[in-house]
Order: sequence, then C-alpha cells, then structure tokens
Amino acid sequence: MTAANGADGGRPLLRLTDVVKHFPVRQSLVGRGGASVRAVDGVSLSVSEGETLGIVGETGCGKSTLARCASRLYPLTSGRIEFDGQDITGLSRRQLRAVRRNVQMMFQDPFSSLNPRRRVGSIIADPLVIHATVPRAKLRARVQELMELVGLNPEHYNRFPADFSGGQRQRIGIARALGLQPKLLICDEPVSALDVSIQAQIINLLADLQDELRLTYVFIAHDLSVVEHVSDRVAVMYLGKIVEVAEAERLYAAPRHPYTAALLSAAWIADPDQAAAREQIVLRGEVPSPVDPPSGCRFHTRCPWAQERCAAEEPPLLPAPDAASHLTACHFPLAAGQKAPARSVP
Amino acid sequence: MTTTIPIGGAATEVTVAQAIEARSPWQLAWRRIRHDRVALISACYIALIALLAIFAPVIAHIVGHGPDTEYLHTGLTPQGLPRPPSGTFVFGTDDLGRDLFVRTIYGARISLLVGAASSLSAVTVGVAIGLLAGYFGGIVDVVLARLVDVVLSLPFLLAAIALEVVVGPSLLVSIFVIAFFSWAAVARIVRGQTLSIRENEFVEAARSLGASDLRIMVIDVLPNLAAPVIVYTTLLVPSAIVFEATLSFLGLGVVPPTPSWGNMLSESLGFYQVAWWFITFPGLALLTTTLAFNLLGDSVRDALDPRGDRLLAAIRKRR
Repeated sequence: MTAANGADGGRPLLRLTDVVKHFPVRQSLVGRGGASVRAVDGVSLSVSEGETLGIVGETGCGKSTLARCASRLYPLTSGRIEFDGQDITGLSRRQLRAVRRNVQMMFQDPFSSLNPRRRVGSIIADPLVIHATVPRAKLRARVQELMELVGLNPEHYNRFPADFSGGQRQRIGIARALGLQPKLLICDEPVSALDVSIQAQIINLLADLQDELRLTYVFIAHDLSVVEHVSDRVAVMYLGKIVEVAEAERLYAAPRHPYTAALLSAAWIADPDQAAAREQIVLRGEVPSPVDPPSGCRFHTRCPWAQERCAAEEPPLLPAPDAASHLTACHFPLAAGQKAPARSVP
Repeated sequence: MTTTIPIGGAATEVTVAQAIEARSPWQLAWRRIRHDRVALISACYIALIALLAIFAPVIAHIVGHGPDTEYLHTGLTPQGLPRPPSGTFVFGTDDLGRDLFVRTIYGARISLLVGAASSLSAVTVGVAIGLLAGYFGGIVDVVLARLVDVVLSLPFLLAAIALEVVVGPSLLVSIFVIAFFSWAAVARIVRGQTLSIRENEFVEAARSLGASDLRIMVIDVLPNLAAPVIVYTTLLVPSAIVFEATLSFLGLGVVPPTPSWGNMLSESLGFYQVAWWFITFPGLALLTTTLAFNLLGDSVRDALDPRGDRLLAAIRKRR
C-alpha cells in the first residue's frame, strides 16, 4: 500500500490538534468523582490525502478512542478536528451527516459489528438508505455492486451474517463503509480478529481498494508487521500520547524513541537465526494506569534510559535533526543502533 | 451436487446460489415450534378456546340459553338448588338457574380479552420505557429505572384493590390495572437487554453511518429484543388472566351478571358441597387455559433460544 504521494505529497485531509478525551470514572450514583481515565491526552496528527497512516501501541493505549474521536463518534474533552479544511469539532449530529459521507469506519470485531438479525443486503444498504443517495429501485443493484467490489458473491445479499466467515464478515463491513464513497476510512484493528491467512486477504483487498477508489486510511493495529506492510507513515502511541511518528521504513529501521525500540524488539522475526542474534529490550513492570499517569515523560517508569529530567519534564514532540517528518517525544532520543544499558531500571 | 449440472455454466451457478435460500432466525424458530408436540397441542387448545369465545353468541343461540337468563323452572331443582350436568345443561346450572356452559364460554371472552389487551399494552409501554432507559442511559436511565423500581415495589393486590374501589370496578379499569402492574417487569428485562445490545459494534457502526437514535433503536436494537419480548408476552398473558380472575373473584373486576371465570368461582363458593360442577367447570377452564399459555410460552422460549435445554434434551435422547 505504498501510495506515490507520501507524507509531504498530498494536502492534509484530516488534522487533529491537541485532541484530548477523558472518561470520567463514575464513583457513585449521584455525584461524579474527580478522577477520569485519560484515554487520549493531547494528540496532534495529520493525515494527507491518499496516504495510509498506521497507529500502533499496546492494548489500552487509546488507539481505538483516538479513532472514535477522529470520526466524531465520541465528543472531545478538548482539542480540534479538521476534515478537508473544515473544523468539525463542534458540529451537531445533523451537521455531521455531510461529514459522515466522507469519513467512514471499519470495526474490529467481525461478529459484533454486523447486526445478526438483519440480512446482509440490508446491512450494506444502510448508509445508502440513511443518506438517501440511491433510489429505492436501484438499491439492490448498488448493494450487489458493492458486494462484488469487496469480493463477495452478490447472490448472497439475502443471507444473514451468521452464514459468513470472519473474513467475509469483514468484507461486508468494508462494503458497508464504502457505500457512500468516502474519502477517509478509519480502520480500527480491521484484521486483528482474523486468521493470519485471512488477514493477508483483507489487507490486500484494502490495498486494491485504495488504488481503485483513491482512499485515505487511518489504520490502527497492534500487530507491528501488519502496520509496516500497510502504512506510509506510522504513529506510535503510549498511554494516550503519540511518542513517535515517522515514515514506516524509517521508523522500523531506526526508531528514536525507547518505547518504539522496545516494541520493535519484541516483534516476532520469522528467521530463527536473526531472532537469536538480535537483542531484546525487555520492559519491566506494567503499563501505568491512565487514570493517574506518571509525571513528565509517561514512559519514564519503564524506560531503561530514563534520567531525572524525564520524571520532571514532559518531552515535546520534536523533529529529528536529519528528517523534519520524523517526530519523537523524548529528551534523550536513541542514536541508530544504541543498546539498552544493563539493569539500569531500579 | 449431481453430475448432470454442467460445470461452469453461469446460469446454473446463479440458480444453485438461489436455491440455497438463507433461513432467517424466525423461520428456524418456526420450524422448531412446528416439531414441538406440546407447543402444537397448547396452541390448538388456545385456538379452540378463542373460537368458542368469539362464537359464544352463536353457540348460545344454538344451545338456546342466554348467558344471563335465569331458567327458574328448568334450571333449578324443586328445592331451588343448581341442576347437575345433563343433556339440556351440559355443564349443569348455577344457583340462579343459568347455563354454566354458556357462561363459561362467555367468561372466556373476558379472560382472553383482558389477557391479550392488558399484556399487549404492558409490553408496549414496557418495551418503550426499557428501550429508552437502556439506550440513552445517564439521567434518562436513572429516572426511568427508579420509576420501574417504584412500580415493582408497590404491593400490587393491595394497590389494585384500592384503585378499583376508588374508580369503581369495570372491565376497562381491570385492563388498566393489570397493565399498570405488569409493564415494569417488561421494562426491566428490556432495559437489561438493551444495555448489552448497545455495546455491540453494529450500534456504533450505525452511528458512524449517520443513523438517528430513533433509527438505531427501531432497526438495530428492537429486532434483537424480539425474542425475549415475545417469550415474556406469552408468559404475561396467563398471569394477566389469573390476575383478572382474582380481581373478579374479589368482586372488583367484571361486574355481575356479566360472567367471568373469576366471579363464577366466587359465586360457586357457597355451593361446592351440593353442586361440584358449579366450581369445577370455570375452575378447569381457568386452569387449562393458563396452563396452555404457559406451556406454549416455554416452547416459544426454547424455539427462540436454540442453545437452551431443548437441544441438550434432544442430544440426550439420541444417545
């Protein structure tokens, strides 16, 4: 999925500025306690037209929340979202309808994302009916066209989701999302619930559709190799913040943030000789609670290179000296090939 | 597939694909019900009672006895006691010389009417309230869920008696009272179901497509509620019938001389030692009808929930 126009090629289609989403923790029936889960805590990103931006991070780091904020499924706590030059942060539900045509989502769970009581044809027709873009008489033809586009047998429009496999269900999800011919498709872990062989099929389908329909993707996953394969640029999230953004090849070849380096060193390598040769950065401890994140750099509690300054001061997202598009939020970014200090974590 | 079908023929592929018609969950449930003997017998019995109720005036005309007519000469013994079942009075007569058979089938009209009308209105209100509370959550849920708690915590017989005494007993008041005390349980079930359905990604997907709340509730949530609601309705009908009989028995439901199973039982109390038929026939009618509804309700529940005990029983039987 290497679109010709990368990060600096197209104009920005989606731009997030300091997006914050806190979920209040309910403590009693009547009042609300002061505590809140800081799921997304100040994220700025932009996605150019035609590119694929991958977002990785471990479970619970706020990837899905960010996706739902970007598509305005959740109201923001603060921050700003622009789509195609238009500020959509404060739009009402009615005003959002026009935006919905251009921004669609694809969901993680192929089982719960399709209503089991409805026929597939009616599920795929949903956006067309809601936005009344296709006259009733032509609805079935359009649905079958969409089914064919995503590689489903158009004769199966009358079946129920239960009659399809996980991969086929994700295809149904894609067909539903593409019905309105959106510009941006936000994929929230679209393949993580599928078998590996099926994952490849869905990813290839998404790539073909991108070429065919000039789509822009935000692709969320926790599988690093999937994201590397798919993305032009990759953003790494940790505890509600972006810690590093760069072109995919650069990020995978020379990560500058210790967390990215640790993630990459934990990924599986198919070749056992290579796997034995490389050095793994083993992170200690658990991910801290997003209700009460650590001070300064959020990663300092687990970072093998952490110093006093890391606990005190929050590092801004700054460009690397040799590449303006490679941003890292770290006081002491890694040089290429730097190794972890032995037992430096107390 | 047989070898006679030419391989690769586009037309054939289409017909084969169409031949594999998807069965909806409803069709599957319907097939399961059709193969359930208890459900079939219960349904036939209910249909029979319903037919008798609907055609009660016709039957009364054929028999030649009105429901409220007192046959002082033919219907009472010289001592003034009820007559036992005979060729003229199939179920015997009551203390006023009225035909118990005709009164029993007229009583079925009241029972079925009250049962159907009150449970339908209870389900309508309960589904609406439960759906709103579960879907919107927050303050809407707090208010509606407390309301449900209040209604459920009322001592219903006491409150029903008080209400009937104040407003005065009538058929309409009975239906209202029964519905008023039944909707809250439905609302609670529907709210719980809605809470879990709402968490499905298909609801989020509908929202991201730009669907309105009303559309999501009606098109995405409601069909998934249908199974528990249908089951609960079939079980609500018999309890409404018993509730109506209780009210009438206490003299608070249907006003005499209009016959209802409840007030017939009430009238028979003084005569059970001399006229067994007087208490037996309305009692049997009430018992068998509610039993049939309950059995049907159980079967419907099993049919709509294929993972239930029914399947296990079938597997066990095969071994």
